[in-house]
Amino acid sequence: MDKKYDNRAWFMVLPVVLLVAFSALVPLMTVVNYSVQDTFGNNVFFWAGTDWFEDVLLSDRFHDALWRQFLFSGIILAIEVPLGIAVALAMPRKGWLVPVCLVTMALPLLIPWNVVGTIWQVFARPDIGLLGYFLNNVLGMSFNYTLNPLHAWITVIVMDVWHWTSLVVLLCYAGLQSIPDAYYQAARIDGASKWAIFRHIQLPKLHRVLLIAVLLRFMDSFMIYTEPFVVTGGGPGSATTFLSIDLVKMAIGQFDLGRAAAFSIVYFLIILLVSWAFYTVMTGKTKDSQ
Amino acid sequence: MTLELHNVSKVVRGETHIRDVSLRLERGSLNVLLGPTLSGKTSLMRLMAGLDEPTSGRVIMDGTDVTGWPVRKRSVAMVYQQFINYPTLSVWENIASPLKVAGRPKDEIERKVAEAAKLLRIDKMLDRTPLELSGGQQQRTALARALVKGADLVLLDEPLANLDYKLREELREELPRLFAETGSILVYATTEPAEALLLGGHTATLHEGAVTQFGPTLDVYRRPHDRRTAQVFSDPPMNFLDIELKGGMAWIGEAVVPAAGSLHGLADGGYTIGFRPNHLALKAGRPHAVELEAVVAVTEITGSESFVHMDYAGCRWVALAHGVHEPEIDAPVRVWLDPERFFVFDRAGDLVAAPEPRAAAA
Repeated sequence: MDKKYDNRAWFMVLPVVLLVAFSALVPLMTVVNYSVQDTFGNNVFFWAGTDWFEDVLLSDRFHDALWRQFLFSGIILAIEVPLGIAVALAMPRKGWLVPVCLVTMALPLLIPWNVVGTIWQVFARPDIGLLGYFLNNVLGMSFNYTLNPLHAWITVIVMDVWHWTSLVVLLCYAGLQSIPDAYYQAARIDGASKWAIFRHIQLPKLHRVLLIAVLLRFMDSFMIYTEPFVVTGGGPGSATTFLSIDLVKMAIGQFDLGRAAAFSIVYFLIILLVSWAFYTVMTGKTKDSQ
Repeated sequence: MTLELHNVSKVVRGETHIRDVSLRLERGSLNVLLGPTLSGKTSLMRLMAGLDEPTSGRVIMDGTDVTGWPVRKRSVAMVYQQFINYPTLSVWENIASPLKVAGRPKDEIERKVAEAAKLLRIDKMLDRTPLELSGGQQQRTALARALVKGADLVLLDEPLANLDYKLREELREELPRLFAETGSILVYATTEPAEALLLGGHTATLHEGAVTQFGPTLDVYRRPHDRRTAQVFSDPPMNFLDIELKGGMAWIGEAVVPAAGSLHGLADGGYTIGFRPNHLALKAGRPHAVELEAVVAVTEITGSESFVHMDYAGCRWVALAHGVHEPEIDAPVRVWLDPERFFVFDRAGDLVAAPEPRAAAA
């Protein structure tokens, strides 16, 4: 018997194919295109092979930015995750304070990144900023994030903690709320300490939301651009020049398209790799606990 | 070791959860708290455990007033409807946890955990975590944890409700024996009258936060002091009908019959009769049975039995009949009531007469 093939199904998929092509594949291929060629203008291109990639991967500039990026993500994860858990634990479980806390917590998340940057840029200024003025004139420190790299780092990190800890808090709070009350009762009857309750009941129950929180915060912080760009512009010197800031400097500031394209692809692959690693760990752990 | 509650009440934000409860539970006794959902079983247990403090009244343990003592200072173990274990600890560590908190020596812990695990038949799963166990085994782990603690008061809050039928029967049989040796006061909350009867011991029936009756389980079942108790202790619910007695005759619905059975010898006046679903017959049989005509509402068939719901004079009745019965819905059906099986309550709801327990009655 003849089987009739009906290819009309392909038409149904076409919109998605076109959308993905224009939103992802075409721009990505353009970048790939630049990354393997060189040009001196006038739309004349020369084949460059893997030269740009070698150049980027071997350059100190890239190594420094990558190292700064990992350091930044590491620090903010080390602060935001424990702090987020602590705040979530301290929040009331019921009563009228719950909505008050939730809204207060959600506020920083609702502010556009650009505005967050501007707020902190002004807030930390030594001359007119409330924080900067206080540190310099009341506490007598000489705090200046535009001159001192350490101060710049502190400012950027505190800003990120202020902006994003809420996300961890809200995720953890939701996780904590889902623990049945009977667990706490049973622990009270057992005479378990607060630490034992946290270690053996709350933390295991938070395990999944925490993995999601860490993944989200890692990816987001690894791609951070707007806030440090507004506050420090990557300075002083290149002290707070993270990967995406460096990339924009290279591509738009210096118009070094080939090198920037190779940079982009390497950057993209790193994020892909780390996300895949997280995903594997997450699904692996999930299997264990079932 | 006795636990006494003296006029204990609990009011939460103007809402009465427990209303003036007085109970005396003896050492080594099995006590069933029987009542529908929200009747206050869990609230009462929380007060007994010391998880909550009563709004008024006293809790006396062994002659000592422990009202207001934190749960930590009391000797209490509790098992819940949900299977509550520490998710990351192994079964062994779970069972050992109350002993570890109490700071017992290592060899004692080893011995007690091994004993409890063996009694509850989970000794082959000690290395697993609770999530790797079946529901029944998880609950056995929780029970073993309560058992090793050797608490004076063991509270079981519908411990078998989340288990399937077979496991439930198995554990229900084991439970009273498990704790019998420890001499603990065992309190068991359930919504099912049948479970209370199977467990035996004493039963306290709860209705809207108040204990309506407390006594040996079979006594409460046979002679409920009032309508509420009879209602709580009957599943499917007891059927009721208002009747009149006058000059030795009884006006039961449309029938006027000589006052026989439980009605015999009662003073003239208005009463409410109650009869269990298995005493509402769908066919004539007993000699003095009163014949009435009701209207069929719904029929549920379980296989060996049928529940026929019907309306009679504004009351909803249920008849439990053996075998499969499929009367037509909304059609009249003839039913027979046996006056020998009537519970008779006065208009205030207090018991006036109860059926004589039949020797070896089926």
